[in-house]
Amino acid sequence: MNNILEIAGLRKKFYQLEAVAGVDFEVREGEILGLIGPNGSGKTTLFDCITGIQRPTAGEVRFMGKRITRMKPHCIYQLGIGRTFQLVQLFPGMTVLDNMIMAIQESEGTVLSRLFQMDESKDEKKAIELLEFLNIIHLKDQIAKNISYGQQKLLDMGMVLMSKPKLIMLDEPMAGVNATLGKEIAERLIELNRRGCSFLIIEHNMRVIMNLCHRIVVLDYGKKIAEGSPEEIQNNKQVLAAYFGG
Amino acid sequence: MANLTRKKRPVTRILHWTIFLGVIGCVPVIFGGNAYYMYVATLIGIYIITSMGLNFTLGYTGQISLGHAAFMGLGAYTVALMTLNGYSFWLALPLGVLITFVAGLALGLPSLRVKHHYLALVTLGFGTVIYLLFSNEYEITGGFSGLPGIPRPSFFGLDLSSDIAFYFLVAAFLVLLTGIALWILNSRWGRAFKAIRENDMRAEMVGVSLLTYKLLAFAIGAAYAGIAGGLLAPLMKFVDPTSFPVHESFWFLIMLIIGGSGRFEGPFVGAIVVMLLPQFLRGTQQLYFVIFAAITLILLIFWPGGLTSLLDVFFRRVLRRNPPQFTK
Ligand SMILES: Nc1ncnc2c1ncn2[C@@H]1O[C@H](COP(=O)(O)OP(=O)(O)OP(=O)(O)O)[C@@H](O)[C@H]1O
Ligand SMILES: [Mg+2]
Repeated sequence: MNNILEIAGLRKKFYQLEAVAGVDFEVREGEILGLIGPNGSGKTTLFDCITGIQRPTAGEVRFMGKRITRMKPHCIYQLGIGRTFQLVQLFPGMTVLDNMIMAIQESEGTVLSRLFQMDESKDEKKAIELLEFLNIIHLKDQIAKNISYGQQKLLDMGMVLMSKPKLIMLDEPMAGVNATLGKEIAERLIELNRRGCSFLIIEHNMRVIMNLCHRIVVLDYGKKIAEGSPEEIQNNKQVLAAYFGG
Repeated sequence: MANLTRKKRPVTRILHWTIFLGVIGCVPVIFGGNAYYMYVATLIGIYIITSMGLNFTLGYTGQISLGHAAFMGLGAYTVALMTLNGYSFWLALPLGVLITFVAGLALGLPSLRVKHHYLALVTLGFGTVIYLLFSNEYEITGGFSGLPGIPRPSFFGLDLSSDIAFYFLVAAFLVLLTGIALWILNSRWGRAFKAIRENDMRAEMVGVSLLTYKLLAFAIGAAYAGIAGGLLAPLMKFVDPTSFPVHESFWFLIMLIIGGSGRFEGPFVGAIVVMLLPQFLRGTQQLYFVIFAAITLILLIFWPGGLTSLLDVFFRRVLRRNPPQFTK
């Protein structure tokens, strides 16, 4: 099996604090990889380094064999990495539909063609299909900041799906979402995974992680302390110690 | 799947353009006999163009610029120097646009590193440097003596030097630039600009090149100011540095805030109010600035959307229908 994402010796230092302290792991093509760890263990910072929001202090990230360390975030996105954020990040003053179209428009054509392309029916159709899939189609003309937090999370996810990324990185997709909705999200992730999309998921809900993921990587104080199948992780002493301070 | 696209009905669009062109056409009919009124009306048109430019940069893209007086000055001096040396206005103006567009690109660069008041300071510094160039390079710019005798243009043999003819020239540019602004803002560029304003980090994470779009927003904003300056020079038939001091940029900011920043009608309402209010407040003398500051503050605190947001309230509450939308 090929690796879609490879992380080697990745470090990120904030002044004295090393939030990511030399991490290596890979996401295999077609897998759902879970990333867990106690609060402040560097999971989000790792996401930021992969997607170009933060500049890693050292180390390398490869996506489909291509080195993406130090590339601009918009280039990384256009290569096929989509992500959601721990705290939803939308365009709050724009409509739900505009949020969705915004997520694809920069992946099409050239800068100049974007000034002259007025027909967006293809993208609108795609957005509407996804909004239907996520059950928020009735909100399409609402301003994004006016919809509920759970709905915003779905919109965030919908935006990621617009450009059909090859790797989707989710930062706590279940946080602040009710159980029913959470179940639906999980079902949809599995469905997308079946269609060939790889996932890297940060999640604190252990039940979700254990059910969803093929493999799990555990971080503590910016270091990888374990890696393996859900069963292996559940029985790993070091992981239990990190979580329960045993 | 009704209402799939939110495109405006052509009838409403035609109505808006009719009102816009109607107002432009009525001004000379009513005020044509009074040279001063025509001068003020022409000046309003020019300031609308500048504020429209600032609306691209600040209103839609969220990048503050206090360099707009300088851009206007660059446009004005380019047209002044070229027409005084015998070149055609129709050659000078495009050159002025080119110069301000490039200067706008350059001023956009710091916006990639700094935001908010830091960006305000950087652009303020730019404005100061340009102002000092105008006032100190007197071999070229004439320093504080300025450049007198700037000719008004003609158009294919049609003489545009009368006040009314020149008013119509400015009006034609206003209409053209309004159309272009509508086009840009309703295109994918407009959406990318707004995305940067709304959340620049997320914008980057959906593939928006901040470099491209921030620079474009600055350059377009600057080019609009450049055209406005290029029209101001032949209107006044004279340029000197005192027309483009740094604090002039704050007036454009005030116009935009009073009218409604990030709203298409904002620059129109703002420029008209800021230019006409002094005519009504003439009796108050020095109190004029205090009153102005108070109005701006009250708007900022209670209606940060500016006067045009009050129009929205009027449409929703009184007419019980949706207010007009000019851009998506
Ligand atoms: N921009 C920053 N500047 C300074 N320190 C930071 C910054 N971002 C994160 N940190 C620190 O880095 C460490 C790791 O934070 P990070 O957000 O990556 O943890 P996390 O694993 O995502 O935690 P959580 O589960 O609570 O989301 C924390 O101690 C945090 O305070
Ligand atoms: Mg986190």
